[in-house]
Amino acid sequence: MKIVVCVKQVPDSAAKVVVDNGQVTWGDAPLVINPWDEFAVEAALVQKEALGGEVTALSLGGENAKDALKHALAMGCGEAILISDPALASSDSQAVARVLAAAVQKIGDVDLVFFGRQAIDGDMGVTAAQTARVLGWPSLTLVSVISSLDAGSGSVRVERSTEEGRQVVESMLPAVISVVKDIGEPRYPSFMGIRKASRSTIPVWAVADLGISAPASVVKWPALENAPVREVVTDMISGGSPQEVAEQLADKILAEKVL
Amino acid sequence: MSNKVWIYIDQFKGQVHPASWETLGAGQTLAGKLGGGVTALVFGEGSKQVAEEAFQYGAAEVLYADDPTLADYRPEPYTALFSKLVKDGAPEVVLFPTTTRGREVAAMAAIDLNTGVMPDVIALEVQDGRLLATRPVYAGKLMAKTTCEANPQLATTRIRAFQKPASDPSRSGTPTQVGAALAEGDIPSKVTGYSQASGGVSLTDAGVIVSGGRGVSNNPALTPPVGLDEKQAEIWRAQEGFKLVGELAGVLNAAVGASRAAVDAGYIPYEHQVGQTGKVVSPDLYIACGISGAIQHQAGMRTSKVIVAINKDPEAPIFKMARYGVVSDLFAVLPALTEAFRKRLGK
Repeated sequence: MKIVVCVKQVPDSAAKVVVDNGQVTWGDAPLVINPWDEFAVEAALVQKEALGGEVTALSLGGENAKDALKHALAMGCGEAILISDPALASSDSQAVARVLAAAVQKIGDVDLVFFGRQAIDGDMGVTAAQTARVLGWPSLTLVSVISSLDAGSGSVRVERSTEEGRQVVESMLPAVISVVKDIGEPRYPSFMGIRKASRSTIPVWAVADLGISAPASVVKWPALENAPVREVVTDMISGGSPQEVAEQLADKILAEKVL
Repeated sequence: MSNKVWIYIDQFKGQVHPASWETLGAGQTLAGKLGGGVTALVFGEGSKQVAEEAFQYGAAEVLYADDPTLADYRPEPYTALFSKLVKDGAPEVVLFPTTTRGREVAAMAAIDLNTGVMPDVIALEVQDGRLLATRPVYAGKLMAKTTCEANPQLATTRIRAFQKPASDPSRSGTPTQVGAALAEGDIPSKVTGYSQASGGVSLTDAGVIVSGGRGVSNNPALTPPVGLDEKQAEIWRAQEGFKLVGELAGVLNAAVGASRAAVDAGYIPYEHQVGQTGKVVSPDLYIACGISGAIQHQAGMRTSKVIVAINKDPEAPIFKMARYGVVSDLFAVLPALTEAFRKRLGK
């Protein structure tokens, strides 16, 4: 089983992200591997442990994205590759998908590509499906359970989280899977894993190495703004018994006409 | 099929996802600025009946496809048909509701059509004849003004961010049936069933949400059953606490939410989590019980219309965003609040 898992480096979810002079900043909050991608790495490792094979972590980003890849290596991925090229700055999601797909093709003979459900910076949630489409492979998004995986017959059965419940889908391989939190809690990197990751050299591929030219991006974000400040005057309800407080609160909520 | 604005209507076995009508309303507003009416597309088993309903919500033209290959949702046949229709009809804009299906079809069609997608937008303007969309990014900490320089401009509209238009039963029309684009043999996957139905009110669609945090496990008045270890006792207490949350939610016909702390502690399943790594919600009323209001949680519920916080810690950050606050023991206030609403709502 040859597996690729795509990861992204993002500001920590607790970071106070603001726009300052048109630049996005997050103070001294750390950059981390996208939390959803840790679930993808876990899912990839579980399959490799069950069926044998190898897991390669893949990221597109600047030099600092190597830290996300090192986290994936420390969790147990065998190899990591960074795609980095100034020509890819400000790539939109479909350009990213085209680049990732080209990298998966270059790696070669891949059975499965894993993604987290979305990155917590851009909140797009489309890259897995778009990469599948570029590759021409089945798109299995929002997967909560992988109930069977058979490289021999080239098939996989998964449960997808949808509005109506868990949709059970059987699909051919190779395929692209994005996972949700139910797939299983990500493991902590082991001490040995961290040591191995810190000593590893991560190859860097430029666009030219992928045999494509930089895909054009058509989605632009000409302005980033801070979210409007919530202007709220809090009415603290106090005094009296819990019943009296509750009665007052219920009346005020009803007066808001939101029920 | 000469309308500039098209809408993808999401439905499941004849049940329309209500956010589809919000998207149709957003599309009509755009059509008012760009000219023409709105063409609506609806695929899948039972889509004819939804297609007829779309006229009442204001669609000028409706195309539907009810082929056995489209009976249940699969991304490949849905996207193939969508992309084929769009190539033929050449709309300038297509809007989708941000459902799991809508987001996925939009994403994949962007590849087929060599264009871009702007998912989960909360506002749409027209500037020089092109869309200017507002997208929350970093879980709503920032807003990105976004454009797409190719046609069709694809965008998905956030659930509950746009007004649902009124249905007018006097409007009607005849939907046009279209065939599938892929034969069964060309589709790489099969849907074999559903392993579990989703229970209760969906968080993202809910008009009212009652959420619990770590604080729901702190009821000192409870004595856990004998034989539980410390962690089991904590979870038992928390589940007793969530019963109170659930009772209030029941009276208000609300969905039950939770903070990440409560989910990580094992009090309640992940599907209830509100926040940056859970669901982003925007109800009319959000009642936070025993939730401190970490930035992670705020990111998921900050756009709620009216926020109510019940917490025993007066310094909890959640009070800074709440319209109404109660500093008190939630185990006393919550049952009293449930009772107060039961009386007032006649339940």
